[in-house]
Amino acid sequence: MITVNGVSKIFAGKTVVNDVSLKLAKGEKLALLGSSGSGKTTILRMINRLVEPDDGEILIEGSPVRDYDAHTLRRKIGYVIQQTGLFPHYTVEENISIVPALLKWPKDKIRETCVDLLERLHLPVDYLDRMPHQLSGGQQQRVGLARAIAANQDIILMDEPFSALDPLIRKSVRDDFLSIIAEFKKTVILVTHDIQEAITFSDHICLLSEGKVQQIGTAETLLKSGHNKFVDDFMAQDKLWYQINTITWNDIAEYYTKLYPNDSISDVPESIHLHSRIFEDSMQHVFAKLDKEKLWHSIGWYLKQHY
Amino acid sequence: MPMFQFLFDNAQQLLQQMIVHLGLTATSLAIAVLIGLPLGIFISRKQRFASPVLAATGMLQTIPSIALLGFMIPLFGIGVGPAIIALFLYALLPIVRNTFTGISGVDNAVVDAAKGMGMTAKQILLKVQLPLAMPVILAGIRTATVINVGVATLAAYIGAGGLGEFIFGGIALNNSEMIIAGAVPAALLAIVLDGLLAYFQKADIRKSVKFFSVFVPILLVGFVLQSSGIFVKSGIKAAFSPEFIGRNDGLPGIEKQYGFKIPYLIIAPALVYKAMNEGYVDVIDGYTTDSRIKAYKFKILEDDLKTMPAYFAAPLIRQDALSSYPDLQAVMNLLSGKITDSTILALNYQVDFDQISPKHAATAFLKSTDLYRNSVVDKGLAPIKIGSKIFTEQYILVEIYKQLIEGHLQIPVEAITGLGGTKICFEALINGEIDLYPEYTGTGLEVLLSDKKKPASLAANEKSTLTYLRKNMESSWDITWLEPLGFNNSYALMVNANDPTYKHINNISQLADHILQ
Repeated sequence: MITVNGVSKIFAGKTVVNDVSLKLAKGEKLALLGSSGSGKTTILRMINRLVEPDDGEILIEGSPVRDYDAHTLRRKIGYVIQQTGLFPHYTVEENISIVPALLKWPKDKIRETCVDLLERLHLPVDYLDRMPHQLSGGQQQRVGLARAIAANQDIILMDEPFSALDPLIRKSVRDDFLSIIAEFKKTVILVTHDIQEAITFSDHICLLSEGKVQQIGTAETLLKSGHNKFVDDFMAQDKLWYQINTITWNDIAEYYTKLYPNDSISDVPESIHLHSRIFEDSMQHVFAKLDKEKLWHSIGWYLKQHY
Repeated sequence: MPMFQFLFDNAQQLLQQMIVHLGLTATSLAIAVLIGLPLGIFISRKQRFASPVLAATGMLQTIPSIALLGFMIPLFGIGVGPAIIALFLYALLPIVRNTFTGISGVDNAVVDAAKGMGMTAKQILLKVQLPLAMPVILAGIRTATVINVGVATLAAYIGAGGLGEFIFGGIALNNSEMIIAGAVPAALLAIVLDGLLAYFQKADIRKSVKFFSVFVPILLVGFVLQSSGIFVKSGIKAAFSPEFIGRNDGLPGIEKQYGFKIPYLIIAPALVYKAMNEGYVDVIDGYTTDSRIKAYKFKILEDDLKTMPAYFAAPLIRQDALSSYPDLQAVMNLLSGKITDSTILALNYQVDFDQISPKHAATAFLKSTDLYRNSVVDKGLAPIKIGSKIFTEQYILVEIYKQLIEGHLQIPVEAITGLGGTKICFEALINGEIDLYPEYTGTGLEVLLSDKKKPASLAANEKSTLTYLRKNMESSWDITWLEPLGFNNSYALMVNANDPTYKHINNISQLADHILQ
């Protein structure tokens, strides 16, 4: 779906992106992780041509992005930024309708899309007539996402979309994003400096430093087998938290069944992360009588064995 | 109430002035928006042009209005055109700067999001940047409007009409009703226009566009009709100062006595000479002692029917100054009869054209008449304050008085120069802001006393005029006249001697015949 081939960018004599290559399959979620100045935002902005690379090329569905008309290209790609960038003089509905209107969709189809998106993002439909400043930060960012996917964009670029939100809201906004992205099988690139967020949100993580790719892989790979000292050091922060959060049901099922052989647990989806709401939901669904004590006990056993 | 009487008598003129005033303001503002808005947008995109452009427009703003109007005459002539250009230049800064500030102030994240969603540069400008910058831009337009309503009063100085005609006419003629009749409508106009724009700032765009597309053309048609009416068909044109057209001994007296009417523009006294020298008009009023008459080769037309009174220069002084400084009167009167017509003309010429400062010219004059005394002023004494109107002759006279008093009496003198007009000087004198200033007997009769019952024989006789003036003024105010200096700076009509048409016209009767032909 997206291929980044040996891309470099120099700003004022300083190489901010240095020979970066990436590949994303359709429906994949990749986090560009790194501290500020690592070049992650620049890479993101080169994909929708807000920045042009000095070297290398970027392909979308096999065609180089530079062969597209920049405006046409951007209308096919959802773009979500930290500050939301909602138009303060537009209503929520007008904001969500921007790209469909640019694409000259019929009015009733646009309206339908807006209503549908608000429902999916758990916002009341009468919010369509509100102005952005009347919404809370979390609600604004939900509208930001709705705007990024309103024209059925398959690809979504997200630049720190959750960073400005407070932790409680952040989780619920993120979960809403994740469920919509999963439902429509969007291909997503997320820029973040937050390891927790990268792990929770994405399938793969690309860890960057000083414009260079340090390692690309799943969260587990980066945690357990870093390519170099930078990766190990970077991932070492709050390691226990990441370890718990990267544990899937699959990992602890063995211990659980050993410890509590009388509980029937066979229909739990194996690869679900323990921390996700989906897990909690399905747990409540499958085991009404789930005992959290038992769960934590099993996790404890798992950690004892593996770390 | 004299105020209502004045308004009633001059309602038509007031309405015409308001339409012209509104037209000047609206036209210059429309041009300023048409040019300033794109310029502001341009510099918000090409930031390296921002500071030079803002500095240039800012510099225009600092040019004093009357000086800017003065610059306009050689470049664009007189009348409505140069007035609009000057007003346009003043309106430019607030519009350009607010457009630039407004657009630069739009949240970068919003512009970035707009770009990222695939809006073109034009769409971003029209749908995002301009709407979001609009409150700031409109605030700039409102500032420009209020500035322009104020500055447009000065348009009356270069023959463009407007409410300034009443304001400056009133100041020149010591007529408060006339000043108020011009100033109050001008203030109201500023408030109403500002309020109107404030209303449209909140209203939606379509409504505003509808309103302005109806209102502005109506206004402009009215304006064009009014301002084109300033020049009647006759080929001969005159430019007169506001004071001259209002005074009984000025234009009204001449028109009555000689039986002709001449189409004229109203122009600042300082600019009438320039207007004729540049060839924009054929006849002007002026003072007989003005050195520009000689320099520009103008011809003074003889007042063959003797309509205009004599204007003997003499100090008008507060009685309490004379009693505080017992020797002052004797020292001032040392100048009595010492400055003849040719002396003052020579002094004026030195200052205007030889670039000698009034101070040096005054010293040279006092030395030549053996009145110069070199002595140290006693700084401990309260200074004598001498005022002057804003023209060369008065600056020189004030310097002469200053050096004379300081030299002979050792009392410090404070010169308060540049009091713009008879009314301002006179009000300053009777309120004790100044102790004395040089005034002219004709002005005393016609303006200060505005005495309709004065004996007809009076005007030309120096002695009897002064006796009459002293008697009447001392009874009304605590002021008196000292001895006249000797010269007569009378009003006169003049034509350009370089123009062959006027070769055989030497007096006003001949001019009247020429016009009536």
